[in-house]
Amino acid sequence: MLSTSLIVLIPLLPVLSFILIALVGRRYFPSSCGILGTISLSVSFLLAVTVAYDYLFLVAKVGDTYQQIIPLKINWLQFSPNVSIDMGILLDPISVMMIVIVTLISLMVHFYSLGYMKGEERYATYYSFLGLFTFSMLGLVLSSNIFQMYIFWELVGVSSYLLIGFYFDKPSAIAAAKKAFIVTRFADLGFLVGILVLSFYAGTLDFQNLITKLTTPTDQLHSIVTTSFLGCSALTWGLVLVFIGGAGKSAMFPLHIWLPDAMEGPTPVSALIHAATMVVAGVFLVARLFPIYAISCPPALEVVAWVGAASSIIAAIIACTQTDIKRVLAYSTMSQIGYMMFSLGVSSYGGENGLGYMASMFHLFTHAMFKALLFLGAGAVIHYVHSNEMKDMGGLRKLMPITHITFLVACLAISGIPPFSGFFSKEEILHAAYHSNKAIFGIAILTAAITAFYMFRLYFNIFWNKEYHKHNNEHDAHGEGPGTMLIPLIILGMISVFAGFIPFGKLVTSDGKILVTSFDMTFSIVPVLLATLGIIIAWSFYKRESLAPQRLTNSISGFYKSAYNKFYIDEAYLFITKKIIFNLIGRPAAWIDRNIVDAFMNLLATITGNISFLIRKLQSGKLQLYTAYFFVGVISFVLIFIYWWT
Amino acid sequence: MNDIGLFHFLFLSCALFFIGIYGFLTRRNLITMLMSVELILNSININFVAFNKFLFPDKLDGLFFTLFIITIAAAEAAVAIAIIINLYRNYNTIDVEEVNSMKY
Repeated sequence: MLSTSLIVLIPLLPVLSFILIALVGRRYFPSSCGILGTISLSVSFLLAVTVAYDYLFLVAKVGDTYQQIIPLKINWLQFSPNVSIDMGILLDPISVMMIVIVTLISLMVHFYSLGYMKGEERYATYYSFLGLFTFSMLGLVLSSNIFQMYIFWELVGVSSYLLIGFYFDKPSAIAAAKKAFIVTRFADLGFLVGILVLSFYAGTLDFQNLITKLTTPTDQLHSIVTTSFLGCSALTWGLVLVFIGGAGKSAMFPLHIWLPDAMEGPTPVSALIHAATMVVAGVFLVARLFPIYAISCPPALEVVAWVGAASSIIAAIIACTQTDIKRVLAYSTMSQIGYMMFSLGVSSYGGENGLGYMASMFHLFTHAMFKALLFLGAGAVIHYVHSNEMKDMGGLRKLMPITHITFLVACLAISGIPPFSGFFSKEEILHAAYHSNKAIFGIAILTAAITAFYMFRLYFNIFWNKEYHKHNNEHDAHGEGPGTMLIPLIILGMISVFAGFIPFGKLVTSDGKILVTSFDMTFSIVPVLLATLGIIIAWSFYKRESLAPQRLTNSISGFYKSAYNKFYIDEAYLFITKKIIFNLIGRPAAWIDRNIVDAFMNLLATITGNISFLIRKLQSGKLQLYTAYFFVGVISFVLIFIYWWT
Repeated sequence: MNDIGLFHFLFLSCALFFIGIYGFLTRRNLITMLMSVELILNSININFVAFNKFLFPDKLDGLFFTLFIITIAAAEAAVAIAIIINLYRNYNTIDVEEVNSMKY
């Protein structure tokens, strides 16, 4: 049923379209590149759905447990009989879920960009980058080998860099692209070291072997647990380092600083990369190695939980103060990914206790849908208003009815209002947190209320508040946007409404067995009430232009200011890098380089130069002088050989 | 009157050689310098032939060498004259004193 060639085609089609557009299309048929990319991705999406259907309902179930399937494995770099870097495909519930999400969102974004990026000078280049990204992301989720995953991990980093810096004539975009690349690269260093630690002890890079060896009582597990470094076992270190890599990609505190700036890229790109797919790679990574975290090393899982919880609340508070709509969405993304992280963190392996894992994957799915929808909606608004700032918007509900309704749906979904999809996944997460860690549950429920507040602050500021003043220029001549921009909004809106009814407990669980989720109405009351409260506050503040928000900010101006400035985390980074690292390490190193290393080389060069200056007159350009030298030389050699050399 | 012996040949070739060297070092005209080189080559030829005749009369190695040298001298003259013609085209002179731009 599962034909290998079809599975291989899923990531291969986007990369083919990338190569075709980048090499040929950009020059010879630039205006049809968008169509080409969209068609290849639609095929990819259909294949992904087929594969997911075959996997989930036809092939993979043995008894009541989903098996991992490896349809393809190519031995690529063999180091020793056991250790090799393979290029393979690993199918299990989370990877089939991810290929569906990635191809679906990517298809929506491709389609949406047909309208959004129309007339853009580097239209074809844009589509080639999208193809590259989709390929890398699909490769990442299908990897059967942790090193293969690392390779694709870096590839998504590169494509993200390229797309953030797409408007390369804007200095801020260049700075943002560099920042994203450097911060994630820095985190990836942790990932690489983590891979090396784990594979050194386990003696394999293959996911299946790695997980088996580090979860069952083997010699490898014994040695990695008993080896200790700075008070923690090598296993803890390895897993925490791997998590640092994941935290960098997933914008977890304190490595989140690149994500808000990454909004410099085109808005559909933000929807695809910085909301729905690439940023959840960290969650996916932890989920992929979840058995090791949960069975062998609960302390590392604790780290995951607390980092996730801290990120979710910090990001939610910052989001309340931002005025750039894409930045609000960026912080909300960070907050929701924090949700997924701590949900994994509070979970344990197998059975009823694996609820957090399943909830996290569920939330990953629903979040991808409604967050992509929010970004695409924001893109439509920006397309209409030509500004990212809330103050330039307001009263758009009559002018952009479809965007308005879909945006509202997405806001309700992310706030966790039933029966929209976010409600179900959030409930599961809160359940999981409630049963294992009350402190995190408290943070989570507070975050849920704040989330509802800032999402509706955004919603009311864009679509209600003051009347929209038309500026009389030709930009306002167009309506809500072309159909290519509206259809994805409608599709994603439908999914956001109905995705909550997917029985995730039957499909994606930590151990592959069915998890029966109990639905407790009384439990749901408090979070829903809190979310409603957040919405009501936002409604009273922002429905009409009023002075209430201003008064509130004045009364807590110190806190407001620090939240508005993102708690000065960027400044702290700058302080550490510029003041401490540059002054204490950079400058002495530069001094040594300039005054010792370079100076020695310069000395040699100066000596050589001076000597050649002294003897340069020998090179006179006079042919006969040279002959005379030669002749004298020959004569002297003859004399030496005759009289001295015996 | 003594017979003409090896010494006479060597004296002749030595004289020719140094005349060639002298000419090469003092003449400024490239054609003359080329002729001096021919003198030097021919002095060597005389050496070879003389040694062949007086030391190994039953062998022909020296003569072969001489033939080779004559051939090479002809080729070399062709090349040298080509160079001289090119020099003349570029500098409008074949005076070596004027052609000294390849220097420090």
